[in-house]
Order: sequence, then C-alpha cells, then structure tokens
Amino acid sequence: MAIKDMFSKQKPKKRKYATIPSEAAKQDVPEGIMQKCPKCKKIMYTKELKKNLHVCLGCGYHYQMTAHERIESLLDEGSFRELDADLSTANPLNFPDYDEKIAADRKKTGLDEAIVTGVGSIEGREAVFAIMDASFRMGSMGSVVGEKIARAVEEAIRLHIPFIIFTASGGARMQEGILSLMQMAKTGAALKRLSDRGGLIISVMTHPTTGGVSASFASLGDYNFAEPGALIGFAGRRIIEQTIREKLPEDFQTAEFLLKYGQLDAVLHRSDMKEKLSFLLDIHQPGGDKK
Amino acid sequence: MTGLEFEKPVRELQQKIAELKNFTSTSDVDLSDEIAKLELRLKKLEDDIYNSMTPWDRVQMARHPNRPTTLDYISHLFEDFFELHGDRTYGDDAAIVAGVAKYHGVPVTVIGHQRGRDTKENIQRTFGMPHPEGYRKALRLMKQAEKFNRPIICLIDTKGAYPGKAAEERGQSEAIARNIFEMAGLHVPIICIVIGEGGSGGALALGVGDRLFMLENSTYSVISPEGAAALLWKDASLAKRAAETMKITAPDLRGLGIVDEIIPEVRGGAHRDAKRQAELIDEVLKPAIELLQTIHHDELIEQRYEKYKKIGGYADQKTGPKR
Repeated sequence: MAIKDMFSKQKPKKRKYATIPSEAAKQDVPEGIMQKCPKCKKIMYTKELKKNLHVCLGCGYHYQMTAHERIESLLDEGSFRELDADLSTANPLNFPDYDEKIAADRKKTGLDEAIVTGVGSIEGREAVFAIMDASFRMGSMGSVVGEKIARAVEEAIRLHIPFIIFTASGGARMQEGILSLMQMAKTGAALKRLSDRGGLIISVMTHPTTGGVSASFASLGDYNFAEPGALIGFAGRRIIEQTIREKLPEDFQTAEFLLKYGQLDAVLHRSDMKEKLSFLLDIHQPGGDKK
Repeated sequence: MTGLEFEKPVRELQQKIAELKNFTSTSDVDLSDEIAKLELRLKKLEDDIYNSMTPWDRVQMARHPNRPTTLDYISHLFEDFFELHGDRTYGDDAAIVAGVAKYHGVPVTVIGHQRGRDTKENIQRTFGMPHPEGYRKALRLMKQAEKFNRPIICLIDTKGAYPGKAAEERGQSEAIARNIFEMAGLHVPIICIVIGEGGSGGALALGVGDRLFMLENSTYSVISPEGAAALLWKDASLAKRAAETMKITAPDLRGLGIVDEIIPEVRGGAHRDAKRQAELIDEVLKPAIELLQTIHHDELIEQRYEKYKKIGGYADQKTGPKR
C-alpha cells in the first residue's frame, strides 16, 4: 500500500477471492516443533504437549497416543518386557494389496502390528499390558492382534497378575475377513478363562474404539473406562443415520455419552490414569490369585 | 416360482419342457422322445449349475426371500417348542426367538435370529437384526440351559446387529461382547448352525460353541459384500468381487478351519423343500449332540477354547508361518 492510499477516502477494494490455507498450514505449523490443537486451535510446543501426556493445554483434548508413548508415560521406567514381538501379519486370505498396505504401515509407524503386549508395572505392581496403536492400519484387528491379546491373557493367567488393555481401533481388519471376526471369539474366550480363574481385567477405551473391538475385549473388563472425548460404539454414525433417517446428537458415541447411558464405570482423564490404575491394582492385590 | 439370475437357463429349459408336454397332450404328435431327451439335458444342466455356484450365487441363495427361517426349522426339527420372551431388563426383541423344546426326546434350548417372512413381519422383527435386549434374552436362556444341563442349539440368520441409536444407547457392543464371553464358558454343549446369512458380530453373539455347521449355501462374514466393497473400494457395486475375495461361503470357511461340517442343501436351495432340509440338518445335528453330551464340561470348555485359539493366519518367526 502506498502512503497516499492510507489517506484516501476510498477504502482499498476488498479482495475478490479468499485465500484458503492449505491443509498443511492449518496443522503442525513448522513440522514437529509446534502443534495446533484440532479442537480449540491452541498452538503449543510439541515438547510441552508431550510433557502434558499429549493432552491439549488449552481445552484438555486428548491426542491419540502411540503404543510406545503410552508405555513410556504410564509404566515404571524400564519395567516393560515385550511379549510375542515376533508375530507378524501373513496375508491369510491372499487379499489384493494387503501386503503392500502392511509394509507401508510398518515403515510409517515402526511397529509390526496394531498392538504391543508385554509385562510391566505401575508403581511397582505388575500386570500384563496390551496397548493398541491406531496409527497402524487404524488399529484394526486381524489375526496378529487377536493372537497377541490371547497370548497376553494366557501370560496373565500363568503369572497370576492382572490384565490391562488400552484399546484404539476402527474394528475388524477387512482384509482378513472372517478370520478377523473370529478373533473376537478368541479374545473373548481367553478373557473368560482369566476371569474364571479370578483374574482382574481392566479395559481403557481410547479414541477410537469401534466395531468388533468395542464388541469384544474392549467391553469385557471388570472395570471399563474411557478417555475423555473418545469415540466408542458398535455401528458407524453414517450407517445409523442412514438406517433411522435422523441426525444423531453431536455427543453420540462419545465416552461421555456412554457414561450417561451406563456403559462405562468412569471417564478417566489421562492425568489421573496412573493414579487410578495404581489404586485398583492395589485393592486387587495379590491380583488374580484367588481361585 | 421365484428364481435367481444364475438359475435362468434351468428355468428356460423347464419352461420349454412344460410347453412340449402341454403340446403333446393336446395334439396327435408324440414328442415324448424329445421330452425325455430334454429332461436328461435339464438334469445335466442342473448338475452343472448347482455344482459350480460362485460365491455371489450363494449370497443370492442365502438371501432368497423364501429361504426357511429359524421358526420354519424349529417346527420341523423339534417335537414341542415353547417360546420364551424377554431379557428381564428392558424388553423382548422379536429379532431373536428362543425357547425350550424336545429334540429326539431330549430337552434342549433353542435360540435363533428370526427374519420376517413378509414386510409386516420384517418390520416387527427389524429384519432379523437384533437389539441388545435380544442378545440379553439369548444369554438369559443360555444360562438357564446351563443350570438345567440342557444342550443349546443356535440358528444363525442375520445381516448383523441392528445399527440404531437406541441399540447404541443400550450397549450393543457390550451385549455382543458379553455373549461371546459367556458362551465360551457355558458348561453345556453348544451347537451353532448358520442357516442363511451370518453377518458379523451380530451373528457371532449367537455363534460361539463346540461345533459350527453351515448350510451349503449360507454365508458368514465380517461384513456384507456391499459393505466391504464400499469400505475398501468406495463402491458398493463391487459387492460381487468382494464376495469372491472375502471368503464367505461354507466351503471357504471349511477350508479355513472355522466350520466343522457343511450341511448339504436340497438341490436348488433349502427353500425348495424346508422339511427335507430339516432332515438334512437333523442328520448332522443328532450325532453331534450325542457325542458332545458324553464329554465332561471341563473338557468341553477346554476344547472350545482350543478351537478358537487356533483360528487365524499369521507368521511366527520362532515357529514359522501358520497356515
């Protein structure tokens, strides 16, 4: 703008077009250093966010956590011993493009599958942990996820210690078809065995926990918890809207919605997670050994 | 007769034979030689067509509007059936029927998804797609069967659990999960038979047991072929391709070690003769129940766990690839 224009009575003409910020510009401004909250748009240092357990400092929005971030932030340092790390995806139905998708996600996430299992402790109390990671194939459940959970539950039975699962999954893995569905039965049956032997089961549903995962092990805890704002449900919102031909409420299938309808024991803020789990492990000591 | 697309050549030939027969009976010309020849050809054509059904053909057959439903089989298979209602908490879901009956003189509990046989009934029964109270009714009666040591027979025939607002509010996920969990530990024999469509978690909630049988032309899948096509390829019209890729037919599931036995169907599909189809089910069901009743319940539950534990296909670097 020239100086004389500033005194001009005529306001500068409005631009005829709007500039639309690119997707990249809207999010993570300079890659990695800063983060913008997808909910309240607050901009924070990634370091700060990490220190706050990946919870927005402005509005309390719970970011998704990777399995390893979860382990690092929740378990006693150095206590985690991974189980069954050598299980990996085969392509049991020879589904087209499946191998490539798995390979790409392995590279992207550094994980072999959508779950990490192992034995670890919280404030000195041991448990078997199964931690899902939604960054790998949407956390979907195929044969490896099912098998790793079943083996982890068996380990909890063997060691007489509690089983704690953090779920994050879009549901069944389509590319494994019926084998994926059957993992619901496999994991459910394993948890039944643990339960019948007096073992403690805690499920914490994180964003998102839907479909076949929500309709199996995620809902089978002696205690069922969820993180704030997590999407949890069986059928997808769009399918339901098409079926009943009405718009669903904004909070439909959120953790708070489930709590209201009696489907959860509590919604736990991430900053309280360790303390609450530690309390439960304490009151259940010696933990699953009272057959 | 309602026929399916792939059966069209059979229908055409049947029509031709009927025409010739009609012509022979009303005129002096004797065409019985030709008719005999055509009937032979018809038999061969039927053999060809029904022995080489594609997965998509079977999907059509499993969805045939006249396909026998749970209640049809119940009337043929059991001597007395006494339907029992309600989950004692919320309501009675007509998409699942359940009750006690006698099977060859032995008391049993029978539970099954129930589609409607016409539009009105379909609306009342939400097209055989259960709400949580349906699964909870089923579980209540399974627990009752356990208490009184009765074998449980589950007939599976659903597109899936009902996708609705109320169903989610009342805990559709929990209801399905609970049934899977409890069925894994019931002390009595459980036999599950897929009679039509086995759709996803909604089917599995009646589907954990000691034996899983499938009628020859039934299907069992994690998602409908239409749903899979929409999800994977963003195009529901690729359902036919999805049906082939997803491995959803009885022979496919037998091959994957999920189904214990395939129950043959009446030629041309179960809907041609429900009574005869019930006999074919009986031939497989009766010996299975008799065998399972001889097994102690601890052993039964152990075997049930092992059955599900071994399902899956993955690679184990320690022991090499599985399947």
